[in-house]
Amino acid sequence: MSRWALAAALTLTLAASVVLGVRFGSVPISTGALVDVLRGGGEPVVRDIVLQLRLPRVLLGVLVGGGLALAGATFQALLRNPLAEPYILGISGGASVGAVLVLALGWAVAGSWVLPLAAFAGALVAIVLVFRVATATGRAMDVRVLLLAGVVVAAFFSACIAFILSVSPARTVQSAVLWIMGSLAAASWQGVALTAAYTIPAALLLIGLARPLNLMAIGEETAQYLGADVEGVKRLSLAIAALVTASGVAVAGVIGFVGLVVPHAVRILVGSDHRALLPLSFLAGAAFLTLADLAARLALAPTEIPIGVITAFVGVPFFLVLLRRSLGTR
Amino acid sequence: MRLEAEALVVRYHGLVTPALDGVSFDVPSGSFYAVLGPNGSGKSTLMKALLGVTPTAGGRVSLDGRPVAEWGRRELAQSIGAVPQSEQIAFPLRTRELVAMGRYPHLGPLEGERDEDRRAVTRALEACDVADLADRDVTTLSGGELQRTRIARALAQEPRALVLDEPTSSLDIRHEMAILELLRGAVDGGMTVLLITHGLDVAAQFADRMLLLSCGSVAAEGTPEEVLREDILASVYDWPISVRRDTETGAPRVTPRRVTRPQPSARSAFHELSAPPPPPPRRGAS
Repeated sequence: MSRWALAAALTLTLAASVVLGVRFGSVPISTGALVDVLRGGGEPVVRDIVLQLRLPRVLLGVLVGGGLALAGATFQALLRNPLAEPYILGISGGASVGAVLVLALGWAVAGSWVLPLAAFAGALVAIVLVFRVATATGRAMDVRVLLLAGVVVAAFFSACIAFILSVSPARTVQSAVLWIMGSLAAASWQGVALTAAYTIPAALLLIGLARPLNLMAIGEETAQYLGADVEGVKRLSLAIAALVTASGVAVAGVIGFVGLVVPHAVRILVGSDHRALLPLSFLAGAAFLTLADLAARLALAPTEIPIGVITAFVGVPFFLVLLRRSLGTR
Repeated sequence: MRLEAEALVVRYHGLVTPALDGVSFDVPSGSFYAVLGPNGSGKSTLMKALLGVTPTAGGRVSLDGRPVAEWGRRELAQSIGAVPQSEQIAFPLRTRELVAMGRYPHLGPLEGERDEDRRAVTRALEACDVADLADRDVTTLSGGELQRTRIARALAQEPRALVLDEPTSSLDIRHEMAILELLRGAVDGGMTVLLITHGLDVAAQFADRMLLLSCGSVAAEGTPEEVLREDILASVYDWPISVRRDTETGAPRVTPRRVTRPQPSARSAFHELSAPPPPPPRRGAS
């Protein structure tokens, strides 16, 4: 498939997803009413739903979905591993520990900013820890050590979470599990602004690093011989991808499969050139998560299914179909 | 482009013996220089040290008269095309895309491919006989086809020098000779080529000068006639080797000899394992 054809298709899908995401929910809103609100008028209740609930939520889905897909593609290139995804460095574990701790201590009620802040702080601890281990020998950062350190740190954090939950009352456990499973329900304009502040510069920087990432994906020695500043690119792109993931997890919990499956699907359609893979993964991830959130809200309305469930149920079969198609044509 | 090293020392982290211990060599501009030696003698380390990829513990390296540390990565990639022994290509990639990466050193981060880049890639694909594989996925190529593709990538860089680490190890006679003729032709046109190889005979036919490494040090350096001598080779490779002169070309012809009984040497355990078993005693002997 041509890159531009996919770009057009994804842009249209994303635009449609955003409109659908704002229009539909437990209270359907007609296109006419939506247009009224955007023009500054409309009924107060409808205005509130659109501007305070739906729009921030949909925009958050766009940013988090796009950011996770971008981070996933970046990790896959840097670690030269198709199984890499945004949480592979223990970021989700660290964020979850921060969130669960705050829930168990009852601090979450102090303000809506406490939980995301704690999650982000936990994610940062994981990132710093894993980076430290991978550069401990003082030599160049070995990405295989990074991968191993990430797996081990993630396991450690899982144990921490299990411990905290084992000594907490049932209500805390339920809140913790729901947070970890991921949801865009707590979206706010501040959340959108903060996430955008991380995600948009990150996206631009990573797309600017597309050629070096192409080189990293075929081997570090060769990348150096073809002019890449391997250490610099590694550290910069890992840091950017890790921070985008941390900001996504902090506001939305641990939403899986977007970062793993979306880059592979795009790769099957347009190949591994990151100049196309990165922006198209962003668009695809954004559209995917927005639609998944819509499904999460509508499927068993008014109950919301955790969005991680939708991304897995939809993402996996879709990807398997694409995989079979690509293996068939080789 | 002249490539020189003086008293180069490279130590790998955690190892007592240096990988390179005071190695010096001088590759004159526009010459074909072969680097030979047993496994573990430091050949690949030499390439990495020459191109500034491995830190050195002593000595200096100059490329085109300037210390290697003064060269930027991109600048170096514009002048020298390097083909390491192996790569880990993690994701499906088309052959043409892999070769096109040779043009990256000449392109800015947001610059698209220009016509001259496409032409350089096509020329490189044709020179290495992989043009009809251009749209194939590199993971479906044979070992030899992939090697030729990587050599094509180095050619696409349009460098002034080529440094190749065992580029023909998986190639059949025709393809190996074709690549070497290509390199020789480039040298005759002004290119500098440093070729790391195990093929002593082939190196003797194509190289102007050679460097023979042994355990990280220089065992011999000079023309093929000077380096490929029975005593030097037997000592470096720890195996009996005979060297004759090829009657047609006049180049040295190297032939390792078969060993029918264990050689009394420090590493004879290996020889004993590979030596044939002693013949059974004859019937009727006392």
